[in-house]
Amino acid sequence: MRKVYTRPRLLKRVPFHYCPGCGHSVIHRVMTELIDEMNLQDRIIGIPPPGCSVFAYHYFDVDMAESAHGRGAAVATGIKRAFPEAIVFTYQGDGDLAAIGTAETIHAANRGERITAIFINNAVYGMTGGQMAPTTLSDQVTTTTPYGRDTKIEGYPIRMSEIVALVRGAVYIERTAVNSPANIRKTKKAIRKAFQAQIDDLGFSLVEILSPCPTNWKMSPLESWKWVDKEMAKEFPLGVIKDTTGKKDVD
Amino acid sequence: MSRGGPGLGSISASQSDYFQATRGGGHGDYRTIVLAPSSGQELADLTHRAFDLADKYQIPVIILGDGMLGQMMEPVEFKHEAPEELPIRSNALRGAKGRPSRIIKTFTSKPAELEEINWSLFRRYQLIKKEETAFETFLVEDAKLIVVAFGIAARIAKGAIKNARTNGMRVGMLRPITLWPFPSEKVKGLAKRTRHFLVFEMNMGQMIEDVQLALEGRGEVSFYGRPGGVIPTPSEVLRAVSRLYHQKGLELGK
Repeated sequence: MRKVYTRPRLLKRVPFHYCPGCGHSVIHRVMTELIDEMNLQDRIIGIPPPGCSVFAYHYFDVDMAESAHGRGAAVATGIKRAFPEAIVFTYQGDGDLAAIGTAETIHAANRGERITAIFINNAVYGMTGGQMAPTTLSDQVTTTTPYGRDTKIEGYPIRMSEIVALVRGAVYIERTAVNSPANIRKTKKAIRKAFQAQIDDLGFSLVEILSPCPTNWKMSPLESWKWVDKEMAKEFPLGVIKDTTGKKDVD
Repeated sequence: MSRGGPGLGSISASQSDYFQATRGGGHGDYRTIVLAPSSGQELADLTHRAFDLADKYQIPVIILGDGMLGQMMEPVEFKHEAPEELPIRSNALRGAKGRPSRIIKTFTSKPAELEEINWSLFRRYQLIKKEETAFETFLVEDAKLIVVAFGIAARIAKGAIKNARTNGMRVGMLRPITLWPFPSEKVKGLAKRTRHFLVFEMNMGQMIEDVQLALEGRGEVSFYGRPGGVIPTPSEVLRAVSRLYHQKGLELGK
């Protein structure tokens, strides 16, 4: 009998603490598979964030260093500059990368740091109980926007990937989702491309992943998968946002 | 490099950030080594030392200067050669090559585990206190009055003390070079022979608290300071020294 599917070698044998239907587990799986396939375990260093995925280091069997809220790109910069042979990635949520870490992210991208940001966008602050995040959709109900996000008062959902794409040091940016087998495959492909841009020493790469949060969205896992397509992807269109990896000169 | 505060304040030199540097201002039960240079040369030397200390103890080191030190120009001799290669620490992240993967973190959901992290840091702080406390003394042996000042204020005070000496006043100076760890034992030791201390700072009185804590009531502590980015002159400090010296009747051999 031929084995066609198995647990990734680099996913530690620890039960996930994530909620049923959460995107983190899928993304962890995809990433550990990919790190193994690309043979990066012996030189990859990850920066997990505060938030639900703070415990990413309990699951990824690779070197990891925690960072404070929003500081992922700064810590990754330090590690990469001290040890340029490393492949360094940050794993950050939208309450992290798109709020408190906006400055770090934009400037790390602008400096063309050879790091990769894996940006998990679930449109809320997940761990703290589903408060409004900068990425929360217009009219979306959260614990801090009980009548729906009023853009006149709370502003608009921020499109970080598009903003980061404007800076010259960013070479590869793609937005994907993990709400269907096809999208999960595309996510893996996008992360592969982002890591490759770093391996090729080209510049900053970022993969934004729309990730369901059924608990805080107050939906069943299946409903949350559908909501990603029906609502989220309208505000945050999927696809390659920037790709200058094929060019000799950045931008 | 401290400037006049609070808030945006001014860009003129001040020592208003002593509390911020020595008491923290960040999250957690922590200490940082704080170095206070008082000249261009020392700024160069202590910067070198700061990196070595940070590497040795694996904690942040703060160099607390002021707007005057930061802007002045002086000849500087770079005495030290940087080590060609720093040792790779046993917990360094280099990728999990031929060894299990590693995690560098302080976050834990177990209070008992975090308490142990705090105790281990505390032990490190005790060691730093023992090994790294640094200060300079100036004419303290026969002094009846000791000026305690750090950084650029100490340099201003030195001029005042030299003038006080030519006027027959037995005045000396203690200059803490490490503000944390503070040279408390030295202050206590000086109080065996000298009863009067004048703390001089370019603020409203911050280091004075460390002097008082160190003395534990063994001496009399006075204060002279100018806040807000005003830089006192040596003659101004001399007036403060002279007034105190006579007020306390020190010229009478008290």
